[in-house]
Amino acid sequence: MAEASKRRARSTSFRGREYSKASVWLGRLAVFVLLTGLWELLSGRAFNSFWLSKPSLIADRIVQMLGDGDLWYHMSATLQEAVVGLAIGMVGGTLLGIGLAFSGIFERWIYPFMMALYSLPRVSLAPLFIVWFGIGQSSKILMVVAMVIFVAFYNAFEGMRNIDKDLMDMMSTYKAKWTHKLRWVVLPSITVWILTSVRLNIGMALIGSVIAELVGSNRGLGYYITYSSNMLDTTGIFTGLVLIMLIAVALEQLVLLLERLLLRYR
Amino acid sequence: MANDNQAKLSIRDLKVEFRAKGRNTVALDGVHLDVKDGEFVSVVGPSGCGKSTLLKVVTGLLQPASGGAFIDGQPIDGVPDRVGMVFQNDALLPWKTVVQNVRLPLAIKGLPDKEQRREAERLLKLVGLEGFASFYPKQLSGGMRKRVALARTFAYDPDIYLMDEPFGPLDAQTRVKIGEEFLRMWESVGKSVLFITHDIEEAIALSDRVIVMSPRPGRIKAEFPIQLARPRPFYDIRFDPVFKELQKEIWAQMSDGASGGVH
Repeated sequence: MAEASKRRARSTSFRGREYSKASVWLGRLAVFVLLTGLWELLSGRAFNSFWLSKPSLIADRIVQMLGDGDLWYHMSATLQEAVVGLAIGMVGGTLLGIGLAFSGIFERWIYPFMMALYSLPRVSLAPLFIVWFGIGQSSKILMVVAMVIFVAFYNAFEGMRNIDKDLMDMMSTYKAKWTHKLRWVVLPSITVWILTSVRLNIGMALIGSVIAELVGSNRGLGYYITYSSNMLDTTGIFTGLVLIMLIAVALEQLVLLLERLLLRYR
Repeated sequence: MANDNQAKLSIRDLKVEFRAKGRNTVALDGVHLDVKDGEFVSVVGPSGCGKSTLLKVVTGLLQPASGGAFIDGQPIDGVPDRVGMVFQNDALLPWKTVVQNVRLPLAIKGLPDKEQRREAERLLKLVGLEGFASFYPKQLSGGMRKRVALARTFAYDPDIYLMDEPFGPLDAQTRVKIGEEFLRMWESVGKSVLFITHDIEEAIALSDRVIVMSPRPGRIKAEFPIQLARPRPFYDIRFDPVFKELQKEIWAQMSDGASGGVH
């Protein structure tokens, strides 16, 4: 009876259910096989494979690119821009958020302008950055920074506002210096928020780097996609998209690993 | 136990106001209170009478509108030295283990690592948590977390303990147990305590003096010296006739407050 009520309590709590690792991964595999299988089967039968290509063609292309070194040549460029830009944007935005939360009335002056800038469609800045920095990697990195810095700022700022006031008071009663408060309370409190913003920003960073590459470059997955498009090579376009997805998934897994390490106490 | 001729903590004509939505609310008015060295003073009163506000002033976290608080005759300006606060909700750092939480005040003081660890271990043993040093607060029960919070305050070794309904969130049984342990620990250090509670029995069992406050604006309404011998049995003292009499009188004062102040 106790067993039964325990089971019921578990299944009614929102998202509280535990699933075995095997059932999760098998399910994911099944979804993947089903979708790619449908794509493979329908392409060339239900519609012309020229428009949507085919998983097998994409796989062939990836193998071929691996062989002639094109894969790493383009992937590394995009990866570098995204990661460097993400790092700069995250650090900059987070420091800005922490600083502004501590800045008293200054925060009230600056905040509306931050939000105004945030509402700009920042991808439209790509041409400007290319005018400034040329078609090399710096214009791409700047684009990525512009994409990620706002989410980083906003999350750090909100995280600061959500710090448990009792913990800060507690530190004050022990006569803690601000360096102590920063290390023992502030940074651990906003770690959750920073990790969330890193995860959201992985996608943003890739959008930033690829868009900037689309606008003007001679290297990178964005460049490879425009190049393929000019050649009416849909397989090339899809290959580029698949590779971007792979980068995103790999980076996300890294962040999840970091999360597990840093949030062990939960 | 109390040293009669010197007040460790004195509060003089204290008035505290809060400003909310353009209106001033008086939280405390004309509060006058002394806590002697080594004396245990409890403040009881209905919720919202400004009991907690009183503590905030003594910790220097809140500026009074007029009057003030003094420690050893020195006015409180900023967070004073040697004042330790126990919060209602423990205020443990969730990302630090039990032992790291207890070490916190020692780390802030800049004690050598080895000494910090030795002292933290001694205190964990004192509160009966020696096997839980590497646990995170989330893994502990409410009573155990309270013990960690007490150990941390004892690690700081203040001259005045300020306690804001520290046993409030605990269930009745744990409450008695922790209260008993705390009383035993306090009797061994003999420092001044200003203890906020709404539990009359708890106040009498622990204190040398119980202060009753009126509802907002908080004023001191009555004062009861508790002449029960120490060391006291925290629970069994409740059956003492003197205890019963005090309980009745204090309750009368408190419930009377509901129909308007005395002033």
